[in-house]
Amino acid sequence: MTTTADTQTKVALVKLTDVSKHYGAVIALSDINLEVSGGEVTCVLGDNGAGKSTLIKIIAGLHQPTSGTYEVEGTPVSFDSPREALEHGIATVYQDLAVVPLMPVWRNFFLGNEIRKGPRMDIPAMKKMCKDELLAMGIDLRDVDQPIGTLSGGERQCVAISRAVHFGAKVLILDEPTAALGVKQSGVVLKYIIQARERGLGVIFITHNPHHAYPVGDRFLLLNRGRSIGYYEKSQITRDELTGLMAGGAELEQLSHELEGAGGAAADIGRELEADVSDLGISREPAPGDGTSARTSQEGSSRP
Amino acid sequence: MAQTAEAPVAPPPRADERLGRKSPLARFLARPEAGAIAGAIVIYIFFFIVAPPFRSAASFSTVLYVTSTYGLMATPVALLMIGGEFDLSAGVAVTSSALCASLFAFEFTTNAWVGVAVALVLSLLIGFINGWIVVKTGIPSFLVTLGTFFMLQGINIALTQTITNQVSSPDISTLQGFSSAQKVFSASWTIGGVNIRTSVLYWIVFVIIATWVLLRTHLGNWIFSAGGNPVSARAVGVPVARVKIGLFMAVGFMAWFTGMHTLFLFNTIQSAQGIGNEFVYIIAAVVGGCLLTGGYGSAVGAAIGALIFGMVNQGIVYAGWNPNWFQFFVGALLLGAILLNTYIRRRAEASI
Repeated sequence: MTTTADTQTKVALVKLTDVSKHYGAVIALSDINLEVSGGEVTCVLGDNGAGKSTLIKIIAGLHQPTSGTYEVEGTPVSFDSPREALEHGIATVYQDLAVVPLMPVWRNFFLGNEIRKGPRMDIPAMKKMCKDELLAMGIDLRDVDQPIGTLSGGERQCVAISRAVHFGAKVLILDEPTAALGVKQSGVVLKYIIQARERGLGVIFITHNPHHAYPVGDRFLLLNRGRSIGYYEKSQITRDELTGLMAGGAELEQLSHELEGAGGAAADIGRELEADVSDLGISREPAPGDGTSARTSQEGSSRP
Repeated sequence: MAQTAEAPVAPPPRADERLGRKSPLARFLARPEAGAIAGAIVIYIFFFIVAPPFRSAASFSTVLYVTSTYGLMATPVALLMIGGEFDLSAGVAVTSSALCASLFAFEFTTNAWVGVAVALVLSLLIGFINGWIVVKTGIPSFLVTLGTFFMLQGINIALTQTITNQVSSPDISTLQGFSSAQKVFSASWTIGGVNIRTSVLYWIVFVIIATWVLLRTHLGNWIFSAGGNPVSARAVGVPVARVKIGLFMAVGFMAWFTGMHTLFLFNTIQSAQGIGNEFVYIIAAVVGGCLLTGGYGSAVGAAIGALIFGMVNQGIVYAGWNPNWFQFFVGALLLGAILLNTYIRRRAEASI
């Protein structure tokens, strides 16, 4: 297990410094800092439209940042394509997983990277390697010949992850891997995230669920409307604080004031909300342990 | 035997004990061509009973010959469908290729082989253009090839009339190189009173090649993925555009081959020939288990689909029925095959 102390001395696999992305007049991301080292999980949390996808696209090489620096293992990089990012060991597992449902598991596993023996594929070797690689991730499939569409969502996710690992990924970007899954399946995927971390990979785990992020994460970047509203080491934040921040504590507080002002039944709800907000231990100045690397936005996130 | 069959059957990745409950029948039914094989057996038995002439070896060789003329084209059409695209111009493209070869060789009085070579270039070019437009514009291939279908149909008839003042191409049997080309494209032997044409052998060879490519090479992997989920395939590095253009060109190649066979068999070609055949090829592929949406199917299935077509085509004649029933039969077959395939696939997927 990596502790906070030795990450400081290690060169981060991926490091973003003050990265911004503008699409014309639209500011999709501004001044984001993020890093991940081998054997670490950095979680990116945020609601819909917070800028998570833009951030992934920058790291994955689909987009280039408008300003700021992107370093891989200490060297500044500028990727023109996802393939280039892949060559640097940065693999992205998208929500749709890039699998072909009607094709067998082993064909999906090697799709685009088939092992060739003359003009043919070395099918026995491919099947064996696929099965072994999945076993190493703790997935024991009945049959690698079954169509991948017949696997459960969690298993499919895991095949996609182990495929990325097999083909030399050093950093895995997981785009909402648990979003479409049930509680149990999500647990399975979280287990594989930990497994990938144990194998020394850096993982960037994008999610909107703090309950999924907290148990596996070493760092947490919270995004809202394209801005960082907090960047914490695990030691600096509790699960409840994280949940509170994600639930939009400041927004809830604002809402409770508005409701109280309205009087009547609405005021009761407002007071209840206020109590919840204080229970969660968040206010306009959250982060009790706001460390050196942590950043919080000054103005909260309520509407002007 | 029954006991020992379980363990050693498993290929290199060791058999999993959880796989035991899948019976050989279930495994057979899970194959794309299962429905077609069952259908072919039923239809064979049916005509065997109702049409006495159908039973002789000689008439079955005729059935095989008719089958091969459709089966040659059904093979690349099936690959193209697995790759997620259609080619409605495939039927008239055969005629275009044959017309091109005969008109070029005749008008310029060249060796027949020169015409053959020019036709090959033209056919590959037609395939390339179809594929290129589909890939570059993203317009459904149904529409693109519907366009080229009408264009080729028009060119075939109009150009032939302009050049020859007739509706068919001139007889090229007097040209140099004709007999050698005929030996290659449309020879036949008689073995034990049964006439066998080379097209049947070519057809079988091409089906074997197509099956090998689909199941044993990386190209097959790419074809399945290009039809099954092109976006994902591209994301993992499969050159989907090139695969699809290649498949259209494979259809072009086979249109050339089939065209040459027809030309050197009859020495001349009707300019309006081939219209409607594109549906026969597609029906053979669908009856053989190809999904209309792509990503699933087999070349063997398309071959059996073509065989069903050939058997019905000849069986109706042997049974002495009004040949107009043929169309009805083909439609019913298609509908039946789709229903059966859908049912089988659901069952197969449920039993996994």
